[in-house]
Amino acid sequence: MSKDVVTNIILRDDEDYIINMGPQHPSTHGVLRLEVCLNGETVKYVVPHIGYIHRGIEKMCEYDTYKQIIHLTDRMDYLSAHMNNEAVSLLVENALGIEVPERVKYIRAALNELNRIASHHLWWSAFGMDLGALTTFFYGLRDREKILDIFDESFGSRLLHSFVTPGGLMHDVHPNFRKNILEFVKYFRKKLPEYKKLLTDNIIFQNRTKGIGVMSKETAIAFGVTGPSGRGSGFSCDVRKIAPYGIYDQLEFNEVLYSNGDSFDRYMVRMDEMVESMNLLEQIVDKMPEGTEFTAKMKPIVKLPEGEYFQRVETARGELDVFVVSDGKKHPYRMRFRSPNFSNMFTLNILGRGLKIADLVAISGSLDLVIPDIDR
Amino acid sequence: MEKNTDLTALLAKIAPQGEVVQGNQFPELTISAGQLFEIAEKLKNCKEVPFDFLMDLTAIDFETKFTVVYHLESTKTHDVVVLRTDLPDRNHAEVETVSGLWPAAEFMEREVFDLFGIRFKNHHDLRRLFMEDDYGHPLRKDFKDDINLIEYPN
Amino acid sequence: MEERSVEMGVKIKSMKNEDFKDNQTLEDLKELGDSVFLTTMKDLLKWGRSNSIWPLTFATSCCGIEMMAAGAPRFDFARFGVEVYRATPRQADVIVVAGTIVRKMVPVLKRLYDQMAEPKYVIAMGACAVSGGPFMYNTYSVVRGVDHVIPVDVYIPGCPPRPEALLYGIMQLQRKIKAEAPALKTSEKNNKK
Repeated sequence: MSKDVVTNIILRDDEDYIINMGPQHPSTHGVLRLEVCLNGETVKYVVPHIGYIHRGIEKMCEYDTYKQIIHLTDRMDYLSAHMNNEAVSLLVENALGIEVPERVKYIRAALNELNRIASHHLWWSAFGMDLGALTTFFYGLRDREKILDIFDESFGSRLLHSFVTPGGLMHDVHPNFRKNILEFVKYFRKKLPEYKKLLTDNIIFQNRTKGIGVMSKETAIAFGVTGPSGRGSGFSCDVRKIAPYGIYDQLEFNEVLYSNGDSFDRYMVRMDEMVESMNLLEQIVDKMPEGTEFTAKMKPIVKLPEGEYFQRVETARGELDVFVVSDGKKHPYRMRFRSPNFSNMFTLNILGRGLKIADLVAISGSLDLVIPDIDR
Repeated sequence: MEKNTDLTALLAKIAPQGEVVQGNQFPELTISAGQLFEIAEKLKNCKEVPFDFLMDLTAIDFETKFTVVYHLESTKTHDVVVLRTDLPDRNHAEVETVSGLWPAAEFMEREVFDLFGIRFKNHHDLRRLFMEDDYGHPLRKDFKDDINLIEYPN
Repeated sequence: MEERSVEMGVKIKSMKNEDFKDNQTLEDLKELGDSVFLTTMKDLLKWGRSNSIWPLTFATSCCGIEMMAAGAPRFDFARFGVEVYRATPRQADVIVVAGTIVRKMVPVLKRLYDQMAEPKYVIAMGACAVSGGPFMYNTYSVVRGVDHVIPVDVYIPGCPPRPEALLYGIMQLQRKIKAEAPALKTSEKNNKK
């Protein structure tokens, strides 16, 4: 292991000690090592150590064609896999000037919103479980299976589909796609008040999250915190509104903003986003054109013209940027993914100071981190 | 298109020594490494369009030089600008840090140091982020690791 | 509990002996032999051990989500005896390595494996843990397969494997536990073959 010597933690008091919330921990949601300097139970300083799942995806992309890169982007932030795929697909299509059919844009938007709801389900289950409410694990994952059934029917796999490719989709969706989405929305609208009664209105949960980990709007902008974590502090950063892509400029939805910036507000942003996504799904199913076309005409191996390209999408956790430098060959010369979790995580030091160690778990749960996205 | 021509004029006014080019999507400003910090500060404190959100900080390895690229956005007007510097010396590449202006840059610069070997002056904690201390710099084009990197036989 | 008769071969509830034709390891393990006097006691131990396997929470990346889904209400592997996940290796029986293993993580994994108490088992879940998976070529930091680090009992392919595949893997592990003699420690078991 590397000999990281942290030189800026100075033990001032006799009662200070450093413990390790090590790479294997049930509530760090992945392999994140937090070196925490404690005085009793109060946190003085948090140093995150990452790199335990650094797979070198950016180096691998320099050896692959653009359609092969889709399979790698799936595995970065695996809970919003469709959005990652769509970022690379949109970049290639805009660079080559290809126009995808309308129906494809609607299907991509529907998959985005379904993926967002599924990701927030898993976040809700894990967040409750970290704070000790084990029931949320069972409720959340039970309802998430209904979405995974829709994916299973159309794509053949539950988690990593690699379905959205440059040019359109891999193949057509199942004929029952729209019917299943409407059934799911009807089912879940009845279940959401249960979630509210279980966790949101629970006095113990509110005491553990209100006023904990307050992030001001200036801090959010300075650290580059986007997504629901930034919107909980009042930073209006939804890429679907700022720089709309696909079909989002023709759909009506609200951007959910709360102003206190504590863990409870970040929680409420995600719960309200699930309702907004369901409204979007109903609009999409209503307006989707009929037909069976699923792709524009495109060669399997494409060469982007020389130059630099940039694409931004809104994943379930924040803004993902893809930056490609191309020299005219079939492999990109340099591919860079600016991941949302990278910027979100490094605020743990600022937010956690002076709180108890149990509050650190609540803060990292409310920031909704997926560690393979940080390390790529 | 009107917003973009205003931006290129604004950039030319802020940095008269640099060159302003309209790229594929955003205006690009290329300056020399010595002036980076003062131009970045002027961009951040600009009155009409304050660029207060650092979207991305990365480096590209062209075989003869390094290029450090900054993507900046203004939360007031949602304009995006690209700032670039070239570092011709590949063995001792050094540039001033911008983590005093945008705290998000602190960790992105550590990642660039880890993967490329570019040092950032006055960074208060420049350590490696992902790899071990005695490893090379993997994202360079001349990086060789015969044991671990298995190339696909093409 | 059904009666076991060791002379006729290994007989396990609801599985016929002919169904084990493709499992060479089990046939080898039968050769170990048992003494007649302690047979019933050993059977009791084997039954107890195989029906209450408690795993360690060790999920590195995407396969961890399918492991959590296998514990969720729809697939529910608590009915197989996998009742709880233990967060500490001292109390766990099996370590399900779900996800890619990177060079920086190898000392941590080895230390966790050493801290577990005998008898302990390892399941390699997902293509990354079996052989490197999608990260086999062109990367500088991935360990191609977790069996470079610790000895593996059951391999589950898939990227990610469905929860039903994980359940089948746990069933295979249960059969393996029932077929081996319980007196052997894990380190001796690996040398015997």
